[in-house]
Amino acid sequence: MSTTVAPPRERKRETLERAVVRFCGDSGDGMQITGSQFTNTVALYGNDLATLPDFPAEIRAPAGTLPGVSGFQVHFSSSDVYTPGDSVDALVAMNPAALKMNLSDLKPNGILIVNLDNFQETDLRKAQMSTNPLEDHSLDGYRVFPVELTKLTRAALKDLGLDAKSMDRCKNFFALGMCYWLYNRSMETSLRWIEDKFKAKPQLVEANRTAMRAGYSYCEATEAFQITYEIPPAKLSPGVYRNVSGNSALAMGFVAASQKSGLPLFLGSYPITPASDILHELSGYKNFGVITFQAEDEIAAITSAIGAAYGGSLGVTSTSGPGMALKTEALGLAVAVELPLVICDIQRGGPSTGLPTKTEQADLLQALFGRNSEAPIPVLAPATPGDCFWMALEASRIAIKYMVPVIVLSDGYLANGAEPWKIPKVSELPEIPVKFETDPEGFRPYRRNPRTLARPWAIPGTPGLEHRIGGLEKQDVTGNVNYEPLNHERMVHLRAEKVAAIVEDVPDVVAAGDPSGDLLIVAWGSTFGPVTAALRAQRAKGRRIGHVHLRHLNPLPKNLGDVLMRYDRVLVPEMNMGQLVMVLRAKYLVDAVGYNKIQGKPFKQSEIEQKIEELLD
Amino acid sequence: MSTLTLPLPYTKKDFQTDQEIRWCPGCGDYAILSAVQSVFPELGIPKEKFVVISGIGCSSRFPYYMNTFGFHSIHGRAPAVATGLKITRPDLEVWVATGDGDSLSIGGNHTIHMLRRNVGLKVLMFNNRIYGLTKGQYSPTSEIGKKTKSTPYGTADRPFNPIALALGANATFVARSVDVFQQHLKETLRKAAAHKGSAYVEILQNCNIFNDRAWESLTEKDARSEHVVQLEQGKPLVFGRNRDKGIRLNGLNLEVVSVGNGKTERDLLVHDEHNRQPAYSFLLAHMEEQPGFPTPIGVFRSWPDVPRYEENIAAQIRDVRAKRGPGDLAKLLCEGDTWEVRP
Repeated sequence: MSTTVAPPRERKRETLERAVVRFCGDSGDGMQITGSQFTNTVALYGNDLATLPDFPAEIRAPAGTLPGVSGFQVHFSSSDVYTPGDSVDALVAMNPAALKMNLSDLKPNGILIVNLDNFQETDLRKAQMSTNPLEDHSLDGYRVFPVELTKLTRAALKDLGLDAKSMDRCKNFFALGMCYWLYNRSMETSLRWIEDKFKAKPQLVEANRTAMRAGYSYCEATEAFQITYEIPPAKLSPGVYRNVSGNSALAMGFVAASQKSGLPLFLGSYPITPASDILHELSGYKNFGVITFQAEDEIAAITSAIGAAYGGSLGVTSTSGPGMALKTEALGLAVAVELPLVICDIQRGGPSTGLPTKTEQADLLQALFGRNSEAPIPVLAPATPGDCFWMALEASRIAIKYMVPVIVLSDGYLANGAEPWKIPKVSELPEIPVKFETDPEGFRPYRRNPRTLARPWAIPGTPGLEHRIGGLEKQDVTGNVNYEPLNHERMVHLRAEKVAAIVEDVPDVVAAGDPSGDLLIVAWGSTFGPVTAALRAQRAKGRRIGHVHLRHLNPLPKNLGDVLMRYDRVLVPEMNMGQLVMVLRAKYLVDAVGYNKIQGKPFKQSEIEQKIEELLD
Repeated sequence: MSTLTLPLPYTKKDFQTDQEIRWCPGCGDYAILSAVQSVFPELGIPKEKFVVISGIGCSSRFPYYMNTFGFHSIHGRAPAVATGLKITRPDLEVWVATGDGDSLSIGGNHTIHMLRRNVGLKVLMFNNRIYGLTKGQYSPTSEIGKKTKSTPYGTADRPFNPIALALGANATFVARSVDVFQQHLKETLRKAAAHKGSAYVEILQNCNIFNDRAWESLTEKDARSEHVVQLEQGKPLVFGRNRDKGIRLNGLNLEVVSVGNGKTERDLLVHDEHNRQPAYSFLLAHMEEQPGFPTPIGVFRSWPDVPRYEENIAAQIRDVRAKRGPGDLAKLLCEGDTWEVRP
């Protein structure tokens, strides 16, 4: 196939600072692949970007229906990108259901590409539409491009000897080819990806490549688009970049922690959305000696990790809210036996099974307090997908240094969202020193390091260090079972002081924006993007606002109380009913107000801005 | 460094701790503890390599009384803690102490999955058919109709047969012994220790406070020979005060026959613990439930050559490393498509 089927025509090429493209269709239409391909291409071109995959919990809801709609949004720009974009410049809708579910996010006069072949009466019925939107003028405010995606793809592939179903599976690449043309992007990266992905099936390599080229050529040959767009590369700080999602970054971070500490990595995990990718990725890293154990349940996942930590491995377990609930008792055990352990909770909407594929931040109080009795655990929260890498390292370092379980609170949006990530040099990574106890002379299992209050890590197999640990209360220093009232109180205090002492390793917060002023926004986790974008926009309007983004939620940074006092008002946007705001009000007696969104979707920049204006005007 | 590769002159005393033992006087657990402390010194394993892991219950206090590495974990989870330890530290000799409630009720899931995976753990399941530490509720091995604190009108649920459960989970070593049969118990522990994969040993144990004499029909001196048949490798199944009764296989049924009157031991079923036919060990496991049949003790099944889970894991890592070379962190970080932004 040639990419030039017609002489190039004169068309207008417009240069833009940013664009937001969303691909949506049936969950079987390959929208996630299409979106990630487009993402890779713009990333390699040098744009800054953020993505928002949005898919249903059902693997394949009935084709063409509203619950089966899957989408992938990419925001790319020649300047900084903090969010996947509030609204969409170009929407590709593979069927009426996708159109119905996504149209409200398309900007006025935005580009709308629809698969004309899927707008038959039965398709409309499945999407619960009484009239055809392509005919009833409801789309008059947009630039609509109805394309016979199915027919054109079949025509392009007719000589390859594929059945109709296989040909139809390639139509997403036809649409992708169109978008590459629209945004002046080379197909090279995706052509290579297809070749690699389907290398076992050369026929599919040929089919998908042909479909994509056909989509590109279609735009070139027809008068469809009068205009194409150019988004120049962003001025990112110098370095080598790759795209990374939060879950990939976490997985790599743990491998890095294993390498820097010299400890073998053990992951005990039970499949759960949206955390499973951590298990998938780490299971591929066997050449790093990583052992992944797909346990029989969430409880075995964490207790096996505790067993591995007991033996001197870096023990990690990954899960989401419902699994976190099941691990609760074992978390208490880890607190009592004081072994290093990292627990990743990739939060999703709840309660109970809730919204498995949608994001939320409502496990904060569970992470901080959700155990029987006094069982303090340090809690970290990455701010961006790339930050997940650093938080995995930091959580491992703290766990080992202080002999404690550490919780990493990520969420569905960070887990699946991607951003360009500046690849660090191995030499830039923090060292993670490990000292196993080896000296039997005067060895006591609960004799603490006076500075960190950590007990010794005395692993089985070390001669002379035979000792017993367990969930029963222990005597201070000796670790022998002990039920005396004052000893118990002392141990409760020691465990709390040990976690509090970690504050020495928590960097002071420095507010972004104004160092003092009318409003401080305190946020954590994946709200980093929209808050940062809103802050910039509002400061540009002359408002005096600061932003503190907490990556350490327990212990909180030492200077946080002082920083809070430097502003007239404090706003805490969270994807929950107001959990961090409750902690801040309780701890600092500050009259912070919450701004809460619990829709399974990240905040939009505009929503945060509106709230700021509401508070300050 | 000490020279621990030489023969190890341990005695029972080396495995005793200075901790006050807090089992009730007369508890069957003392006998089990004594047997284990007698057998460990014989195994030729450096003391620091032993780890005893338990869950919750009277039996699970076991690690505190063993002068080895020990981990008293949470209810039912000992097999999972032990699995995490054993697959990351195959060099260790990991034993699990558990009970009928810990292993078969709250920890049932971990028990069956540990057994199907064939992790190299030895499990001592103390079966006293009652919850002792919580003061007398029925357990998953309590006989139907049993009146306990939580079942004043008798239990309504059928009990587990722990041996059959372990066999059903495809365990590679399943045995039964009795707390007071010290020699038999020690011999069974030695066999379990020699088995490389998961070894599941049910130990019939008396709780003299909440379920006294639960196993009396087997342990009473006079009744013992009538009610117990010993499974011995390569030997016919003979029992009875005068060794005058035997078990015969007839089709898919077992029958009790009298030896004598023309029937000799040669007509009886000869025990083969290595028999790979699952039905064989199941027949033995369920024998006691039929009227007139004795309760078998000894090794029901021993499949020594089934690969262990931790071996398979290690082999996979070796293979991948051989194929792809050892992991290179710098390369990993740069995997996939990358681009450079120049100053």
